[in-house]
Amino acid sequence: MAVCIAVIAKENYPLYIRSTPTENELKFHYMVHTSLDVVDEKISAMGKALVDQRELYLGLLYPTEDYKVYGYVTNSKVKFVMVVDSSNTALRDNEIRSMFRKLHNSYTDVMCNPFYNPGDRIQAFDNMVTSMMIQVC
Amino acid sequence: MADEALFLLLHNEMVSGVYKSAEQGEVENGRCITKLENMGFRVGQGLIERRNTVLLLVDLFRFTKDTARFKDELDIMKFICKDFWTTVFKKQIDNLRTNHQGIYVLQDNKFRLLTQMSAGKQYLEHASKYLAFTCGLIRGGLSNLGIKSIVTAEVSSMPACKFQVMIQKL
Repeated sequence: MAVCIAVIAKENYPLYIRSTPTENELKFHYMVHTSLDVVDEKISAMGKALVDQRELYLGLLYPTEDYKVYGYVTNSKVKFVMVVDSSNTALRDNEIRSMFRKLHNSYTDVMCNPFYNPGDRIQAFDNMVTSMMIQVC
Repeated sequence: MADEALFLLLHNEMVSGVYKSAEQGEVENGRCITKLENMGFRVGQGLIERRNTVLLLVDLFRFTKDTARFKDELDIMKFICKDFWTTVFKKQIDNLRTNHQGIYVLQDNKFRLLTQMSAGKQYLEHASKYLAFTCGLIRGGLSNLGIKSIVTAEVSSMPACKFQVMIQKL
């Protein structure tokens, strides 16, 4: 399933990043960081296009030999990046979209939490993210 | 409808609560308005996030036009005047003016939070307390959409009021 999930603030620093512990985490940090460029490209290219749920979802950002990276951006320029295992070919587009939707809903809930100051690291995602990461394993 | 009254009454209690605690503490009067405005700011931020998700999930077809990417500030201000105001106050802003150089004036002729107070000049001096939260609300919503601004409000005759938004260009 997803091997790494990251939430990135609009100033491009990570609010939340989590990867499966078996892998070298630094590699995922690096991947997420490089994917930010691709996200920015896609956002500026979209410029005049009509935005709806489908366009908030950016789709496959770039594939590597082992992994595929997907992106999603909200209207407040908060980006969600997800890295999935390439060997898992059963993962369909709809499933990725629904995972992003769940992420977006959880992020909205975190924003509305009075104890959360916008811009801090997010502590509350762990449960939901763990369920996403080990869903099919 | 009961849910409208809920926000109105809660807001009134909030204002009197902040001022009451000011009397007991050593906080000067000016700080109360700032406190209320900051409250509104945080609420505005959360509301905009929620508004984004709800718009998209619930009513994709009707709101597709409205959730078009905000091409510029004017689009964002229009969004605030229509959808945002409708969510909070169940009506739209009556008049939006701009000088196209970063100053927008939102005019509401029947501001929900002031209708219960008076229909003319009575209690005019107290009106600013009740507008501070809404100023913060607008500022918070704009800040999460990427716009830094300063929002002030003025009332010449209740219940009409004007919110002036000054966009800060970095």
